[in-house]
Amino acid sequence: MVTLKIDGRKVTVRKLSTILDAARKLDIPIPTLCHHPELSPYGGCRLCLVEIEGIAKPAASCTTFAKEGMIVNTSSPYLEKLRRTNLELILSDHPNECMLCERSGDCKLQELAYFYGLRENRFKGEIRVYSKKDNNPFVTRDMEKCILCGQCVRICDEIQGVGAIDFAYRGLNTRVSPPFEKDLNCEFCGQCVAVCPTGALTGKMWAHKGRQNFKEVETICPYCGCGCNITLYVRRNEIIRISSNEETINEGWLCAKGRFGYGFVNSPERLTKPLIRIAPKENSIFNVKQTNPPLPPFTKVGRGGINNAALFKEVTWEEAFQYVSKRLKEIKENYGPDAIGGLASARCTNEENYLFQKFMRVVIGTNNVDHCARY
Amino acid sequence: MSGDNIKIKICMGPGGIAAGGNDVIEAFKGQLTNQRINASFGEQCSLHQVGCRGLCAKDVLVEIIIDGKETIYENINPEKVPRIVKEHILGDNPVKEWIAGEDYDNFKKKQIKVVLSHCGEIDPEDMNAYIEAGGYKAAHKALTSMSPSEIVETVKTSNLRGRGGAGFPTGLKWELGLRIKSDVKYVICNGDEGDPGAFMDRSVMEGDPHSVIEGMIICAKATESHKGYIYVRAEYPLAVKRLQQAIDQCLQKGYLGKNIFDTGFDFDIRIFQGAGAFVCGEATALMRSIEGKRGMPTPKLWRSAEKGLWEKPTVLNNVETFANIPKIILNGGDWFRNLGTERSGGTKVFSLTGNIKNSGLIEVPLGISLREIIYDIGGGIEGGRSLKAVQTGGPSGGCIPAALLDIEVDYESLAKVGSIMGSGGMVVLDETNCMVNTAKFFLEFTQAESCGKCTPCRIGTKRMLEILERITNGNGKEGDIELLEDLGSHIRATSLCGLGMTAPNPVLSTIRYFRDEYEAHIKDRKCPALVCRNLITYSIIEEECTGCGACKRACPVDSIRGVRKKPHKIDPELCVKCGTCFDVCKFKAILKA
Repeated sequence: MVTLKIDGRKVTVRKLSTILDAARKLDIPIPTLCHHPELSPYGGCRLCLVEIEGIAKPAASCTTFAKEGMIVNTSSPYLEKLRRTNLELILSDHPNECMLCERSGDCKLQELAYFYGLRENRFKGEIRVYSKKDNNPFVTRDMEKCILCGQCVRICDEIQGVGAIDFAYRGLNTRVSPPFEKDLNCEFCGQCVAVCPTGALTGKMWAHKGRQNFKEVETICPYCGCGCNITLYVRRNEIIRISSNEETINEGWLCAKGRFGYGFVNSPERLTKPLIRIAPKENSIFNVKQTNPPLPPFTKVGRGGINNAALFKEVTWEEAFQYVSKRLKEIKENYGPDAIGGLASARCTNEENYLFQKFMRVVIGTNNVDHCARY
Repeated sequence: MSGDNIKIKICMGPGGIAAGGNDVIEAFKGQLTNQRINASFGEQCSLHQVGCRGLCAKDVLVEIIIDGKETIYENINPEKVPRIVKEHILGDNPVKEWIAGEDYDNFKKKQIKVVLSHCGEIDPEDMNAYIEAGGYKAAHKALTSMSPSEIVETVKTSNLRGRGGAGFPTGLKWELGLRIKSDVKYVICNGDEGDPGAFMDRSVMEGDPHSVIEGMIICAKATESHKGYIYVRAEYPLAVKRLQQAIDQCLQKGYLGKNIFDTGFDFDIRIFQGAGAFVCGEATALMRSIEGKRGMPTPKLWRSAEKGLWEKPTVLNNVETFANIPKIILNGGDWFRNLGTERSGGTKVFSLTGNIKNSGLIEVPLGISLREIIYDIGGGIEGGRSLKAVQTGGPSGGCIPAALLDIEVDYESLAKVGSIMGSGGMVVLDETNCMVNTAKFFLEFTQAESCGKCTPCRIGTKRMLEILERITNGNGKEGDIELLEDLGSHIRATSLCGLGMTAPNPVLSTIRYFRDEYEAHIKDRKCPALVCRNLITYSIIEEECTGCGACKRACPVDSIRGVRKKPHKIDPELCVKCGTCFDVCKFKAILKA
């Protein structure tokens, strides 16, 4: 443990903590744009500068270890001037279009510009122009808004272990880019989107759906047994986007399904009532001449293509259960229990899956039971 | 033909090759064959390619030694070779008018060659030549009779400081490297020299590669390391080739690899070729580059000696630093210390370029004055013009005005006047150089070479350049100088690595000493040195113009009108200020103002 003094207040932190860690412990605000507690120290934005007694030059608090007896000053007219100038420089190469930006109101850069009251900029000059749009299905990459904090690069490499993006080019032309500047083609976990402090990375499906005044619903991701905590941003009973809180069991990390796979919730194609097949299989959609583009299975009546009303009929749960139990009995009697197999879902709870295998083994009498998450 | 022992040494440093050294070698070979000297070739007469001799302005330099009698010829081209062979080698009668004159003697007089002692003397591709010249004696001594701490003590006594530019005491660095215990440690040689106009490390790597390797072996012993890297930029193919050759020769002879000199000490060196990013000369960026990552500086939470390459203790030194080591071990730390000043020992290699008569590679004891370097060694300014400033330290350095010419050259005094020692670039500027334009030139380089990591360097240097461009284009505004000063000191204070911290130096030092030139550009819209194109005009002096029409024919945009034998006129609307008319006019009738 080391004890140091920040702005006149004593604080004791673990060895190999940075000055920024110590200041955060005291709840002393130090502006940062490139720092993330879970990622390796970077020292790129140069906003977290502090003065240390005995050292002539201001030091970046995110990349300086706290040492015993250190006396640190986090705010002075000189430091504020340095921070202000660095912000001015960042803003001099940033499109001034907060009004249209998806992240407006949730943008660290906007927040800092607001706090420092930066209306005028002494450094007008060349601005990066990237006309190329990324055609990937999930992430909007507006690289003109990128401030090169490098958090996306680090999270992709250090947390996700993918390394789909890195820096390319030098000087003002430096940019974050997938290999050979092709479209992003990764596992689309969207962790980069989650850590991006500006509007450079946003979800494609978020676009023009709203930025503020959401109802925030804390819930559990329905996809797999990990049970990540997620927050739904809901407006008019529709999920607009999903994020996860850092204080949760999953530390705020999510995968592609958890972050972007919410389309089914409000989908008109979603099954809401049990269906029983009424037409023989020869007439099923797999045998009918395909349309172009192919229609998804169970397309509802009235959307052209296959008349599903001719294949399935809507029933109550009671009818559905009775039908299932009748057919299972018939098959077991005629062909034996091993003619039946059961596939459970990772989206069920442990208890449900336990009951399912118990049902298969005891009631049906077969060991033909499996699970989609069993790799 | 007389004598039994004829040696011909041909300068094949970067300057020598550029001046046509290969052709001269071929011409000598052809002539010797024609004159039927080939019968005794190899015994009586041998042909050597040697590294840089320093005076690149007079390349190709050829030295002919007959029975120990040395004759040096300057400005030799293939056409001159037959006469030299005929009159000197066959007739024993040197060609007097081509022999190197006063300049060459003056150039040599005040220099002390430690690092460059073998450059230009021995064939860098011949290991035996290096050994004959006393090579590997120091490594043998260090490995067989010295303990690591004794080596560290000797280097500490020598007061050798890092020659890459920052000037960190080498002995201290090694001591830290020795003290930290680890299963794997690395020694890295930084040969990523990238300053425009600098070729010190290149000359050493090309002209005396074995001295670098020997220095590294000694460092490995001193820090108990068994793996070494030489990081050379791929733009130095000859250096890469010669270093690799030298490493292979050492491996064959058992000077590298397992059980060196039968002492049980192992050391291996690998060459890593850099891809040409200037920032990779910065230690942390260089190590990331070797690790296969993007060459970007990383914050110095740890010293390299604690956690460097692959998070293992690493000692990283510059080429020139390593090349000094064998001589220090052989001659003792005190000898080296006494060559320099109180605070920095030894000599320093500089590449002397710009508007100077004897441009080339020089090695001088630290503490020598700039005046001695420029006037005694360099022979003064070309064409008798007056000196304006000396730019030291490459794009990270500053401009020292002529008034401060008597300062001593060492780390502290250069820093005091707003410049740095740097790796040893020295560009001489005279009255025809515009200081604003010079600052712009260096900033153009640094802003383009910024790795893009930190805000002040990536955007700040670009903004400074834009202000300078505005000033040199005649669009400078009131307050621009103050804005440059403010932004410059901001970048200096807040950048992550040395590249950003020093990038504003050329601008800040020129504002400090040549503020009037900046003001002339902004307030009077004039470039006093007549360099900035948008601020000068060309016109024809009617009284002088003979109407010969030479300018009219030469003008690329047809902006000159006039009848033959009558004074011509330049249309300022069409003129692109290329200066061609000024150059072709034989009557000095074009006025540049």
